[in-house]
This record gives sequence, C-alpha cells and structure tokens, in this order.
Amino acid sequence: MSTQATAAAAQGHAHRDDIGSKIGIWLFLFTELILFGGMFIVYAVYRFAHPAEFHLAAIELDTFVGTVNTIILLTSSLTVALSIRAIQDGRKNLSLLMVGLTLVLAAAFLVNKYFEWSHKFSVGIYPRSPEMLNRPSGEILYFGLYFTMTGLHALHVIIGMAVLGYMMRSIAKGRINRESHVRLEAGGLYWHLVDIIWIFLFPLFYLLQ
Amino acid sequence: MEHHNTQGSGNAAQGSSYGQFVLIWLGLLALTGITVALAGINLGRWLIVSALVIASMKTALVLNIFMHLKFEDRMFRIFVFVAVLTLTIFFVLTFFDYAFH
Repeated sequence: MSTQATAAAAQGHAHRDDIGSKIGIWLFLFTELILFGGMFIVYAVYRFAHPAEFHLAAIELDTFVGTVNTIILLTSSLTVALSIRAIQDGRKNLSLLMVGLTLVLAAAFLVNKYFEWSHKFSVGIYPRSPEMLNRPSGEILYFGLYFTMTGLHALHVIIGMAVLGYMMRSIAKGRINRESHVRLEAGGLYWHLVDIIWIFLFPLFYLLQ
Repeated sequence: MEHHNTQGSGNAAQGSSYGQFVLIWLGLLALTGITVALAGINLGRWLIVSALVIASMKTALVLNIFMHLKFEDRMFRIFVFVAVLTLTIFFVLTFFDYAFH
C-alpha cells in the first residue's frame, strides 16, 4: 500500500486509493453473491423436493447451446483479464482490442440466449403459459427458476457490457492508462463474477438430465 | 513475467503473464469438456456431485488468477472466505430446517 501511495502522490493524485476502490467493488460483489446465492438456495430446495420432475424438465434444455455459451463467457473472461494486463504494460491498443472482443463475445452470448428463449416460447414454454400450467408443479418450478435465474444473469451481462463499454471509452481517451487502471480492474471483477454465476447455472440447469 | 513493469502501480506489478492467462483459459475449457462428458454417462446421484466439484474448481481458477485474488492483500482472501462461508451457512441452515420437517 505504501508504494501505491507514493506512486499516486508522485503523479499528483494525492487522494487516489486503489485499495479502497477494490474493497468497494468486492463488497458490491458480495451483495451479488447473496442475491444469486438466495436463488440457488431456492433451486436446491425445490430440486430436493421434486428430483424426478427437475430431471425431466432439464432434458428439454439444449446442452449444446449451453456449452457454447459457457465457452463464450469463459473466453470473454480471458479477454478482460488480458485487457487489464495490457493496460498495465502500457499497451493501449491491445487493451482496447481485448475489451472490444469482450463486448463482441457478450453480444454473442445474448444472441444465443435470445434464440434459446425464442425457441422455448415457440413451443409454449414460458411462465404461466397454458402448456406450462398443465405440467406437474416440479416442472413449473424448474422453468420458473430457469427463466428467473438465466434472465437475471442476462441482465447482468447487459449491465456488464455497458460498464465495459464505458471503460473502453475511458481507455481510448487516456483516462484509464498504465498508471491509473483500477476502474478497468473493477469492471473486470464484475465481469468475472457474472462468469462465475454462469459457471454454476450451466451445470445445474443444462447438465443434470 | 516477460513484460516488465517499471512503474508497478501497487499490486499490478504482480500477476499473471499473457501466456499464463491463456493456460488458465485452456484449463477452464478442459474442465467444461470434462463436466459435459461426465453428464453424458450415467453417474446417477454422483452427477450432481461431479458437476458441483468441477464448477467449484473453475470458480477457484477464475477467482485466483483472473480476479487476481492470489496476488492481492490477504485481507481480500479473508473477505471472500467469509462471504462464501456465510452463503454456505445459509445453505446448511435451510436444509437442516427443510430436511427435518
């Protein structure tokens, strides 16, 4: 911390506190952990109560699409990590390219989700549809959780894109640079958390068939 | 690290190289492949165990390397430990209540 303070002071940013900023973003991530954690508890209890129906409902999800989206998100985590590495080395263009790639991958994830959900809607699977209401309660709960949890996750992807888009602009304008990049790191931490949530959503919804 | 960091703003001086990040990414993809392959064979009740163990391994890689936790002040690791412990307690208490109703 002391080296950081002197480095900051040398640049005339006496009030910069990178450690404080990181504590702030981590605390925010913990609130996200509890938000999704609560939903995972609901999932666990209902799975425990309706094992056979959860098993049957999961077969209707496309494992291939889920796997592709997993690969896309893992790769986007790599590109964010590389963009931070690059800005730390003063390689501005590489950093911009990596954040840009992250945004492209995030968009690809959402396009896949769009087609996946559209397909579900077209076969009558959406909350409170006539098709759904005829099914056993365990399957209604499964798809309710599926839409709620992957929907909230997709919302986080959209917010993450806005955050990283803003960071990209800041890199381009030089406000995020070799000496000052804690904001890009914060954006990256948020993005990795979104990835971690998907790391658990993917097996729990797509693989337990 | 092949790319020197003369400035070294705080913790940023440490961390992984480009190649190490790519290796971790390949590891994450390999774990994804394993968990998908395991889902294809009939493991019965062990399927959920294997899925959660592999997801936890992937999370540990993302936390430690991509999220830089391995190179941060110990305080951050304690923070994360307490947060995960809190969530675990929520799970355990919920199931104690639920299982013995």
